Amino acid sequence: MTIIVFAILALLATTAVIVARMRDLWAAIMFTGIYSFLSSSWMLILDAPDVAFTEAAVGAGIATVLMLGTLALAGKQERRTEKSPLLPLVVVTLTGGALIYGTLDMPYFGDPNAPVHLYPDPSFVEKSQPDMHGLPNVVTAVLASYRGYDTLGETAVIFTAGVAVLLILRKEDEEPETSASPADVEALR
Amino acid sequence: MKTFPIIRVVTKVLIPYILLFAFYVQFHGDYGPGGGFQAGVILAAGLILYGLVFGLDAVKKVAPPIVVEKLMALGVLLYAGTGITTMLLGGNFLDYNMLEHSLFPHYLPSGQHLGILLVELGVGIAVTAVMTMIFYAFAGRKHIA
Repeated sequence: MTIIVFAILALLATTAVIVARMRDLWAAIMFTGIYSFLSSSWMLILDAPDVAFTEAAVGAGIATVLMLGTLALAGKQERRTEKSPLLPLVVVTLTGGALIYGTLDMPYFGDPNAPVHLYPDPSFVEKSQPDMHGLPNVVTAVLASYRGYDTLGETAVIFTAGVAVLLILRKEDEEPETSASPADVEALR
Repeated sequence: MKTFPIIRVVTKVLIPYILLFAFYVQFHGDYGPGGGFQAGVILAAGLILYGLVFGLDAVKKVAPPIVVEKLMALGVLLYAGTGITTMLLGGNFLDYNMLEHSLFPHYLPSGQHLGILLVELGVGIAVTAVMTMIFYAFAGRKHIA
């Protein structure tokens, strides 16, 4: 088990560095897909199969396709920056250091005394099955019933995001197909 | 990608299982891992795969944009509608205990179970529709599929 954990974490770190250093965007997108699959495996090891599903389907599947779609519109190569990377490096190092310092205070993984296992009342887990007509899945019970209002908000957020993307990106289907060049269209505007 | 026989055949073999798995995740989400969001993205991934391999026009025949964009709103409405229904039945917003009934108690879900099933279905419909519409919007800009 530990060998798998170390292997996956090492591969995650390697993939992240490769993505950051890569100039060829097409390959970088493929590597982000690999990164998603690796983190999905990692979440499976952490006993979070729901999150693993989502990561595999959204991160590796849909997001990769959408990024490839963007690439088809925007070009394959990243432009080289002329500015010195020194200031960003300092900022990133400081932020990373602060984050790592912050994790030192966190409880160990799986610690039964961790705040997340004490609040809210652990009886949530015990009472959910009788409350829910014997449905055994506490995650679903919390998401859809105890916190149903929050999930309604999340669904509304997804809907709003979809509407926003459509408003920005959608091509009018009613628009007649003309042979005008882009310059002509610009002139018309 | 229509001209690559291996991709075409493998996709044709895989898609039914992807769709079936999406429905399993949707309707078994009360018992096992999963739920509306997961099922929605898996279903949408199946549709997008179909669109990538067989072209945008082919997938638009299966899931016409005019229907899908209405499903986006229908999902949210189904969720909120469940809440309104419980209010009309005399409870609080999204108080599924009001959905209790004694019709075929061992076959039809009732009460909390029915409420969870309905709202998860709403989430599933909304997520599938939004993901598919976003794919249409991106792919429709230029011929990539």
